[in-house]
Amino acid sequence: MATDMQPILQIQDLNLGFSMRQGVFDVLHGISFDLHRGKTTCVVGESGSGKSVTARTILNMVPPPGKINGGRILFNPDGTEIDLTALDPRGPAIRQIRGGRIAMIFQEPMSSLSPVHTIGSQIIEAIRLHRDVSKKEARDLAIEVLKQVEIPNPDKAVDRYAFEFSGGMRQRAMIAMALSCRPDVLIADEPTTALDVTTQAEILDLMKNLQTELGMAIMFITHDMGVVAEIADEVVVMEKGHVVEQGDIHQIFEAPQHPYTQKLLNAVRRLEEPAAAKVRPAGDSGNILRVENLQLRFEKKEGFFQRVTDVTKAVDGVSFDLKQGEALGIVGESGSGKTTVGRCIARVYDPNAGVIDYAGRDLIAANKNQLRDTRKQIRMIFQDPFASLNPRMTVKQIIAEPLIVNGIAKGQELEDRVAKLLTEVGLDPGMMERYPHAFSGGQRQRIVVARAIALEPRLVIADEPTSALDVSIRTQVLDLLLKLQAEMGLSFIFISHDMAVIRYFCDRVAVMYRGKIVEIGETEEIITNPQHPYTKALLSSVPIPDPKLRGTRQRHRYVTET
Amino acid sequence: MIWRYILKRIIWMIPFMFAVSVVAFLLIQAPPGDYLTTYIAKLGESNELLDQASIDNLRARFGLDQPLYVQYFKWVANLLQGDFGMSFEWRQPVSDLVWERMGLTLCLSFATLLFTWAVAFPIGVYSAVHKYSIGDYIATTIGFIGLATPNFLLALILMYIGVVHFGTDVGGLFSPEYQNAPWSAAKVWNLIEHLWLPVIVLGTSATASLIRIMRANLLDELNKPYVDTARAKGLSEFALIMKYPVRVALNPFISTIGWVLPNLVSGAVVTAIVLSLPTAGPLMLQALLSQDMYLAGAFVLLLSSLTVIGMLISDILLVLLDPRVRYE
Repeated sequence: MATDMQPILQIQDLNLGFSMRQGVFDVLHGISFDLHRGKTTCVVGESGSGKSVTARTILNMVPPPGKINGGRILFNPDGTEIDLTALDPRGPAIRQIRGGRIAMIFQEPMSSLSPVHTIGSQIIEAIRLHRDVSKKEARDLAIEVLKQVEIPNPDKAVDRYAFEFSGGMRQRAMIAMALSCRPDVLIADEPTTALDVTTQAEILDLMKNLQTELGMAIMFITHDMGVVAEIADEVVVMEKGHVVEQGDIHQIFEAPQHPYTQKLLNAVRRLEEPAAAKVRPAGDSGNILRVENLQLRFEKKEGFFQRVTDVTKAVDGVSFDLKQGEALGIVGESGSGKTTVGRCIARVYDPNAGVIDYAGRDLIAANKNQLRDTRKQIRMIFQDPFASLNPRMTVKQIIAEPLIVNGIAKGQELEDRVAKLLTEVGLDPGMMERYPHAFSGGQRQRIVVARAIALEPRLVIADEPTSALDVSIRTQVLDLLLKLQAEMGLSFIFISHDMAVIRYFCDRVAVMYRGKIVEIGETEEIITNPQHPYTKALLSSVPIPDPKLRGTRQRHRYVTET
Repeated sequence: MIWRYILKRIIWMIPFMFAVSVVAFLLIQAPPGDYLTTYIAKLGESNELLDQASIDNLRARFGLDQPLYVQYFKWVANLLQGDFGMSFEWRQPVSDLVWERMGLTLCLSFATLLFTWAVAFPIGVYSAVHKYSIGDYIATTIGFIGLATPNFLLALILMYIGVVHFGTDVGGLFSPEYQNAPWSAAKVWNLIEHLWLPVIVLGTSATASLIRIMRANLLDELNKPYVDTARAKGLSEFALIMKYPVRVALNPFISTIGWVLPNLVSGAVVTAIVLSLPTAGPLMLQALLSQDMYLAGAFVLLLSSLTVIGMLISDILLVLLDPRVRYE
């Protein structure tokens, strides 16, 4: 293996503390690992494990109030060793290395590029910081590097703004910027977490190709073991600021030593098959929901007379049934209209046409009073547990709100109901007076679930309920929903872009593409024997958490023949 | 793209100005009575009584006997030819009275705006970047004091200090010898010498609030991921802060162009009276009190157009500065 080669970057016994009022609080406890030229090292761990802090410390960009209080980071690009931790964090020496020798890309392609500068100007700036070239030459180099990351029409794209690009294109632009100075080391901090699986697969392929071409070392931070299996040569597992295990990819996947590594692997592997504890709907149970030819158009209006200049068919003739006690998955990439379908059923949006027949009542034709009645029975769970809870309300107020609004309980009875709900979702009722910020992401999503089931609904529309969560917490929340489904006989519409989660949770799945359902059927049937080419493409992009199967699959993107 | 936008905005100004002229006219007519009733009341105070015939005569001469809409259309028709009408009270064409005052008002507004920006921008940036430092606390304290002190009080204090400690006359915009002199280089210099005091007085509270706005906006931007991206590129700290977060946080600065004019005119009347500034405010107040409708109307109309133009300028600058505005 490459271990006899001189590593390009060595992290030795790195210790990092945050100075707080109560004293110094360590977030990195003496971590050590190496990066090698031409190799990809994946740093895996859940949120709060110290992965991102490590990445920033390599560039000596420790976020305040953090302070390096032990260890070294040795950078050795050409035979002379530089201790990065010893450099002045604002000095010219480290600035020469940042972007020039060690480049970094970030998680959020939306916000990691300046909204008010063109893509080109940001890349040109990076080039001219580190290379002595004229503006014209830098522009040509920028176009060249945009071409390298496979952005179409690079000579036009160079003058566009970030907000004119899709998420995947923005991340490509970020990569182009990072690679524009031919760095020796590329640090990627969860570069695909905010992207669709199809886009993620493309970005991973791109990074692999560029690595072979340029021979740089990549440090790839992720929490997704499936991604690790796809691209890593070496794996470093971090937990709470410690490196608990590191080694060759095959060794980690086949013989994980540390219980935390095993837990991470189990969490992904469990999502490889349907949940064992799943209660299937009774065969003779009737439909709770029937959606027929649902349509919703978004119109863009312009000018003095508000002429309609552009129509987007967000939902274009969607039909399906949902049985009592069944979980129906809706899967598709962003922009496919899956979220819009959910919101139409909850009547957040007003559909343009179609029938939504809920237990014999057409929700599209329903008046306000009837809607208020059905809204007690149809509840929603949202994606981001950080944004969907009011930070200024206590957990008790949050969960009690639907009960109070609908005049169901008050006083001591209300308190008892809230306590019971909290117990049901696996939280301690003693915590009901706390505010959401005191809870972790998984706990917050449990609070959201408690609020959703407070009115004892019959149908729950869950919109990407686990996407913002770490993998191990993902299964916990899914298991909670399964338990509630079994106890309360709930029906689910489960919207997700993640096939693994759908497979774990859903009885049937509908695959959406550009506002239409292209395929619908039993989950296992669709996954093992997809019919529609789009479904096949979608399935081919899902990372498989097994490094031995790497490269055995032909990956492709579905393009409509229009 | 951008030219189309500007053209569109200018065309939009036409119906807007028309609406403003209607509102201005109605506002002036809103108090009961007209100039003549005020005039008669004034004459009555000095025991001069007019008989009904001469009152009717005067009324006909001023055109006050005609219905409102006729008066309005006459006014607007004359306006379009550049004729603002006669001031009842001063017995002079309104344009003679208005232009110099408006010019000085504009000049003072512009100087105040520059002062506000020049002071607020660096202090705002400093106190955001060095949050909770000694410098930030000092700037914040001064800012809050500036925000809380009424302008006229500050004017009185500064005048007192000027007279008692420096022995200079700090009122007005000119020394007495230049008051009625024709414009000359010396008079311009004299104006500049007198300008600093009203500029400080009028600009302090705006400066204080802009410092706070800049600080709050920049604090939001400083933690955005694109700042990290710029830092990871190897930019120096100063260059990256100026180029990225400050640029995004600049929008409210640009917006101030729009409101500085109406603010100066309506909010600064008391200050202008205390400092005896020959600006539009005091004259307009007097014109409104005596129902001198053409004079007041001219002021309201001119100030509204200046405000509209200020808004236009700030909108155009915003579009140039922030590409996201362009695409909405």
